[in-house]
Amino acid sequence: MSVRDIYDTMAYGSAPESAADAYAWLVDQGDRFGHFIDGTFTEPGEGFDSKNPATGEVLATLTQATAADVDAAVAAARKAQGKWERLGGPGRARYLYALARLLQKHARLFAVLETLDNGKPIREARDIDVPLAQRHIYFHAGLAQLLESERPGQQALGVCGQVIPWNFPLLMLSWKIAPALAAGNTVVLKPAEWTSLTALLFADICRQAGLPKGVVNIVTGDGSVGEMIVAHDGIDKVAFTGSTAVGRRIREVTAGQGKALTLELGGKSPYVVFDDADLDSAVEGLVDAIWFNQGQVCCAGSRLLVQEGVADRFHDKLRHRMANLRMGNPLDKCIDIGAMVDPVQRDRVAKMVDACTSGQTYRADIDTPQTGAFYPPTLITGLSPADPLMQEEIFGPVLVGTTFRTPAEAVQLANNTRYGLAASVWSENLNLALDVAPKLAAGVVWVNGTNMFDAAAPFGGVRESGFGREGGWEGLSAYLKPSGTSKKLKPIEPFPGNGDPDDGIDRTPKLYIGGKQARPDGGYSRTIHSRTGKLLGQVPIANRKDIRNAVEAARGASAWASTPGHARAQILYYMAENLSARATDFAAQIDAQTGTRTGKREVEAATSRLFTYAAWADKFDGQAHGVPLRGMALAMREPVGVIGAICPDEAPLLGLVSVLGPVMAMGNRAVLLTSEPFPLPALEFVQILETSDVPGGVANILTGSHTELAPHLAGHADIDAAWSFSSSDVSGEIERASAGNLKRTWVNNGHARDWFAPEAEGRAFLDQATEVKTVWVPYGE
Amino acid sequence: MSDTQDAPAPTQTDPAQMHLPQAVEPRNAGLPLDLGWLRSVQANTSAIERRAKTLPGRRSVKKDHQAAWLCRAISCIDLTTLSGDDTEGRVRRLCAKARQPVRHDLLEALGMEGLTVGAVCVYHEMVAPAVAALQGTNIPVAAVSTGFPAGLSPFPLRVAEIEASTAAGAREIDIVISRRHVLTGNWQALYDEMRAFREACGEAHVKAILATGELGSLRNVARASLVCMMAGADFIKTSTGKESVNATLPVTLVMLRAIREYHAATGWRVGYKPAGGISKAKDALVYLSMIKEELGDRWLRPDLFRFGASSLLGDIERQLEHHVTGDYSAGWRHAVA
Repeated sequence: MSVRDIYDTMAYGSAPESAADAYAWLVDQGDRFGHFIDGTFTEPGEGFDSKNPATGEVLATLTQATAADVDAAVAAARKAQGKWERLGGPGRARYLYALARLLQKHARLFAVLETLDNGKPIREARDIDVPLAQRHIYFHAGLAQLLESERPGQQALGVCGQVIPWNFPLLMLSWKIAPALAAGNTVVLKPAEWTSLTALLFADICRQAGLPKGVVNIVTGDGSVGEMIVAHDGIDKVAFTGSTAVGRRIREVTAGQGKALTLELGGKSPYVVFDDADLDSAVEGLVDAIWFNQGQVCCAGSRLLVQEGVADRFHDKLRHRMANLRMGNPLDKCIDIGAMVDPVQRDRVAKMVDACTSGQTYRADIDTPQTGAFYPPTLITGLSPADPLMQEEIFGPVLVGTTFRTPAEAVQLANNTRYGLAASVWSENLNLALDVAPKLAAGVVWVNGTNMFDAAAPFGGVRESGFGREGGWEGLSAYLKPSGTSKKLKPIEPFPGNGDPDDGIDRTPKLYIGGKQARPDGGYSRTIHSRTGKLLGQVPIANRKDIRNAVEAARGASAWASTPGHARAQILYYMAENLSARATDFAAQIDAQTGTRTGKREVEAATSRLFTYAAWADKFDGQAHGVPLRGMALAMREPVGVIGAICPDEAPLLGLVSVLGPVMAMGNRAVLLTSEPFPLPALEFVQILETSDVPGGVANILTGSHTELAPHLAGHADIDAAWSFSSSDVSGEIERASAGNLKRTWVNNGHARDWFAPEAEGRAFLDQATEVKTVWVPYGE
Repeated sequence: MSDTQDAPAPTQTDPAQMHLPQAVEPRNAGLPLDLGWLRSVQANTSAIERRAKTLPGRRSVKKDHQAAWLCRAISCIDLTTLSGDDTEGRVRRLCAKARQPVRHDLLEALGMEGLTVGAVCVYHEMVAPAVAALQGTNIPVAAVSTGFPAGLSPFPLRVAEIEASTAAGAREIDIVISRRHVLTGNWQALYDEMRAFREACGEAHVKAILATGELGSLRNVARASLVCMMAGADFIKTSTGKESVNATLPVTLVMLRAIREYHAATGWRVGYKPAGGISKAKDALVYLSMIKEELGDRWLRPDLFRFGASSLLGDIERQLEHHVTGDYSAGWRHAVA
């Protein structure tokens, strides 16, 4: 075409970025890669090809790690860890700073290599992935510098096994490695087998930064290598980003191994457009929501919910916009949509879309390359929540949607999902947007925006989108633990006996469900004896149906979540007041039950603990994070929901109160299983609950066998988190059973906690009793 | 709808014909003021800024395409002088540059002989000399009017100024709106004023200068754009070039979307003219791509798009020479206006 012709047509033409330097780097490495273990690259071994999904061209040959490779990597990481941690925060900060600088110096090489390997448009790799990765490492250099002064009494977890996905290979690497290293951990990381090249380039950067050997180890291979890493007994912490199915598998595999775990999984994030939104901007937002990275984004705004009155107009505008998207060579600086990561993914998406028989499907009529893993931007409107495509994650450039009538219905539809990663809300009415945002079941909410990320703003999900946060101090805490070592917790057995009861009227302690005392569903009771074998009473034996009833009551008491912190504090104070009034009774009962003389001290500690959580109820604030944006990123502390907890055996009253306090203070509802050997003081405590204005369903108290009930508690889909401080060995069972709905777990792994000590209250408990929801509110007139 | 329906259809390959607004598009006749529509208008500043900020990274035009696009930009320039020290001689020089905006050898190398700018834009007193200097071309003369730039002279004088300029041969009139009507939400007054200006223009096309830098918010820009279109503006234009903030990409996005909305509702295509602050060839490419993306190719013609610029042409000339020779150019190698 001549200049004159183009002058007439005003076509764009192509503007390819040169890949010469990236190819040169691959050639320099011999086009074959081993693993990066203990500071050096191993000899390339048996492996697989890494291909450019846009062309099918082989870029390099990678090595499939063996069990011996993983062992070597874990051993190198273990060997390096102590010295790395002892280097101190400021010492580690210098290395992180160097890594960030090197990433910046080689920014274009990383971007081009990422595009070649992954198929994403060079614009995204260049303007989003690589700058965000740099920012993440810089930010964590800062966290390392401040760690010791800001988080005293914390130490690294040890060796972290990290498995990352193929959609943002370098960025996810930085999200994993930066906090781990900042906190003093060492790392064995496995990139996805489709996209390992930038991780290997990063290994090269680690050498250039002079990072001590063994601090970062990178092994390549398929999912079986990932499984070897997560199951490895030399690993202290597993961090995974990827599909919910694999996340669930990891939860099962690591159950009972005592490993810390964070999972960042799939999503089906709602994109809610109210009729007073700037519709053109909301349409443009969708380009960034679902056509960013070919829709292969865990937090993609993939479920479009539009208010009925503007739906037709909005969909028209959207189809018009889709027709202007440009798909093609990912290295072309003038395209919007590149290749999907692999033909396998393209075919999977095509199959899902082809199987959809309802709604109206619109495929943008745009130029599509004849070869390569390309899939056109697609919109399916007129679906219902019951349609599979409204529920299943597609993980491709396919937007599905329906309409709603009212804000309440928008929230209902938005939350009608097993996932809970992100959500977008579009409205020019601040009252509406800020009312809806907290009601959405999601870890991240963007108001009038989408897919905004920053190292300072925690990111992560709820429900089957996983648990744990990445970014900010909140994210760093997933790589830290309290300093010091804990003692083993010995199982505590109930006292045997066949003695007579004391004189007096026979009493019948009952379960406490929904604000009422209830007989156990099974109709069985257990006899409780004192140390001397005297009969103290009978307690009900709860079964799974009692758990079901208790959870139902807890779910029904959802108003507690929106009860102001001040009001919650008043009730906790009232409980303390009433407990104090009966201190002598409780002390005597604890002494009789446990056969010790600690009752008085325990009642005093329990009273004080209630005061502590009454104090916290209106003070465990969120944070407004400074993000590079004119606006706010509010990290709000929200209640987790319904928490099922197995209380400590050893301190029958203080243990119960130590669990119930933070749960109630933060607006959660509790289903508590009391001390198994010493249940009587907890059942006596029901009278305190009944006389302290605690709304029915907020605190539900059951007695029974920990080992028998643990799987039912952890497996219940309507429980949002399961905790255990039992002296019975139920930690593994709870972690295993939690995989069903991927609820958060907090278990003692058989370690003791001193319930009279400061470690038994405060921030650690409050963290577990809250979810961080990051609400992004850009503003400006 | 159009008063020049019999005019010959434009030929795409004859740039000399392409700046004749009257010859191409039925004129926007306007609508009654629709306050309901106006009230529904929203403009989310942060989202609009985000779109504007990322567009340059999404659209890159290189090599022959870039040269062609820059020629297109030239064809859409309102070559402008609006200075207190303008003289007939200065305006004659400007008009000569308008006829031959790029060195002949460069245009020949590009195969773009005959390329001219879109129009010459001057104050009223310079209209007659400009018309004389452009005799024999189809380059129209545009006059800024209605008490430009503040628009605060007596209303009858503002209307009379339009009539004087059209009588002197101006085929396009760039009027300034009363910003106070926007700032106080007096849409009826703005509408009536615009209507009166449009009527006073007669056959001449009217560009409504919103002075967006003085309107306070993007929502106001969107609403003022709509009101002016309802009142019959042929073009909406960002700025006089005299405000402290002139054309910006976010403002452009808002005005383009208003034009799109108006076209969708009425079928009339209204033109767009960013003015002030666009001085680099690269900026011109971004503006063109934003118009292509938001409005479509039809708007990439001088009858629907103009750059109000005085120094942009010089940078484009240097870029074109670079394209032809492969070496970076220098300012003195190109004729001044």
